[in-house]
Amino acid sequence: MPAFIENIAFLQEGPFAIPRWEALFTNIDVIWQGALVTLLVASLGLVLALVLGTVIGVMSTSHWKIPRAIARVYVEFFQNTPLLIQVFMLYNAIPLLYPGLFIPVIVIGIMGVGMYHGAYIGEVVRAGIQSIGRGQLEAALSQGFSYIGTMRYVIIPQAMRIVLPPLTNQAVNLIKNTSVIAIIAGGDLMYAGDSFAGRYGHYGPTYVVVGLIYFMMCFPLAVLTRRLEDRTRAA
Amino acid sequence: MIELIGVSKHFGLHYALKDINLQVPTGQKLVIIGPSGSGKSTLIRCINMLEKPSAGQVIIDGVDITAHRAPVAKVRQEVAMVFQQFNLYPHKTVLENVSLAPIVVCGISKEEATESALKYLDRVGLAEKADQYPAQLSGGQQQRVAIARALNMHPKVMLFDEPTSALDPEMIQEVLEVIIGLAHSGITMLVVTHEMGFAKEAADRVIFIDDGSIIEDGTPEHFFENPQHDRTKLFLSKILR
Ligand SMILES: Nc1ncnc2c1ncn2[C@@H]1O[C@H](COP(=O)(O)OP(=O)(O)OP(=O)(O)O)[C@@H](O)[C@H]1O
Ligand SMILES: [Mg+2]
Repeated sequence: MPAFIENIAFLQEGPFAIPRWEALFTNIDVIWQGALVTLLVASLGLVLALVLGTVIGVMSTSHWKIPRAIARVYVEFFQNTPLLIQVFMLYNAIPLLYPGLFIPVIVIGIMGVGMYHGAYIGEVVRAGIQSIGRGQLEAALSQGFSYIGTMRYVIIPQAMRIVLPPLTNQAVNLIKNTSVIAIIAGGDLMYAGDSFAGRYGHYGPTYVVVGLIYFMMCFPLAVLTRRLEDRTRAA
Repeated sequence: MIELIGVSKHFGLHYALKDINLQVPTGQKLVIIGPSGSGKSTLIRCINMLEKPSAGQVIIDGVDITAHRAPVAKVRQEVAMVFQQFNLYPHKTVLENVSLAPIVVCGISKEEATESALKYLDRVGLAEKADQYPAQLSGGQQQRVAIARALNMHPKVMLFDEPTSALDPEMIQEVLEVIIGLAHSGITMLVVTHEMGFAKEAADRVIFIDDGSIIEDGTPEHFFENPQHDRTKLFLSKILR
């Protein structure tokens, strides 16, 4: 080992000691596996969140009271309780309500982040729809479009351009938030890191690497968000 | 035929329309005139239920569209509207603006809807703009596209709510010419406008609305040369100078 490394104290002992790094890199496959699970949960969770968010956003701008009220309750519930508790409840309450029903933790994770971010995306979509002038709604209705048809062909495509930056921002948050499924042994990146690190106390290197992997997943989206914001501003 | 029976509309405590009774026979060209805030827009918006009357009935070719569960969307396919602010779909090309509803709402094939769209775009003199977006057109051109969009629904009735009021003066004529051209067809037309020249040239009938009531109703000659009501005379003296 080169002398200059031997002189760096924190690499010799403590949380970031070299043997800990070596242990991590010989077992790095465990981490990659967790990263794959995280990617899976994040991408399917995002799909679910987009679908739910669109439905909730359309419901909260409808002129009928009941869908509006349902959307409101949904949004307030999911925005104002911690995701951690929601996931915990999903994991523990479903077997109580439906004994014998087995849901894989990955699916719980997808539902958890999907429903949670669905509420936030619902609000983003609502704001987007409301930013489209009333004239567009009236033009489409006057041509015989149904309310849903008006949304689908006229309002949402226009709202999409406006909501794209906040949506990618939601995607970043969603990726980071998949880490809560670690508490239900979700097999995700956070869980893989945690359980590997916990076994021998290799927290230092593990958290550095796990953090880096999250960064690599989120940073491109963050850059995309900024690009889209610039484009929206320019338009 | 369009029939309004005892139609009222209030916003809060304010009555925008008060017990309107009106029959518009098929093919008639009706011009609606009145001061700002008198209820002209509200009146024609009740005819396609963009505004739901607080009381009374609106009957179009025998169908009471104010009835519970009336086929409003179906009737709207035959009652086209042209707005003051054009309201073209900005994310669609000119051609798509004109063909979208026939394809999606009426279920007409894309080829057929495109062909008739081009025909109507040609009729309003804008066939060469088919692939542009609304934002690339002038106000007058946008309004002509909006008229082509309305025509491509093959409507029985066309409603115009101040179609030239948002236009720069030099563009008013090109739009009016298109509308006057339509007036020679069999379509029933209801036109809210401040263009008195248009009323004289194209209308079969003029009604004057003031404060939510129809206070003058007759031919253009009657309206301009022999108005009965003091408020009509006052309005005309101001607008004709
Ligand atoms: N959505 C609404 N909410 C509250 N009041 C309204 C609404 N729409 C119209 N009004 C009121 O109803 C009255 C009639 O309005 P309307 O738009 O029909 O007038 P108008 O004759 O078309 O006027 P203008 O020439 O300015 O277009 C006005 O006093 C207006 O303020
Ligand atoms: Mg008006």
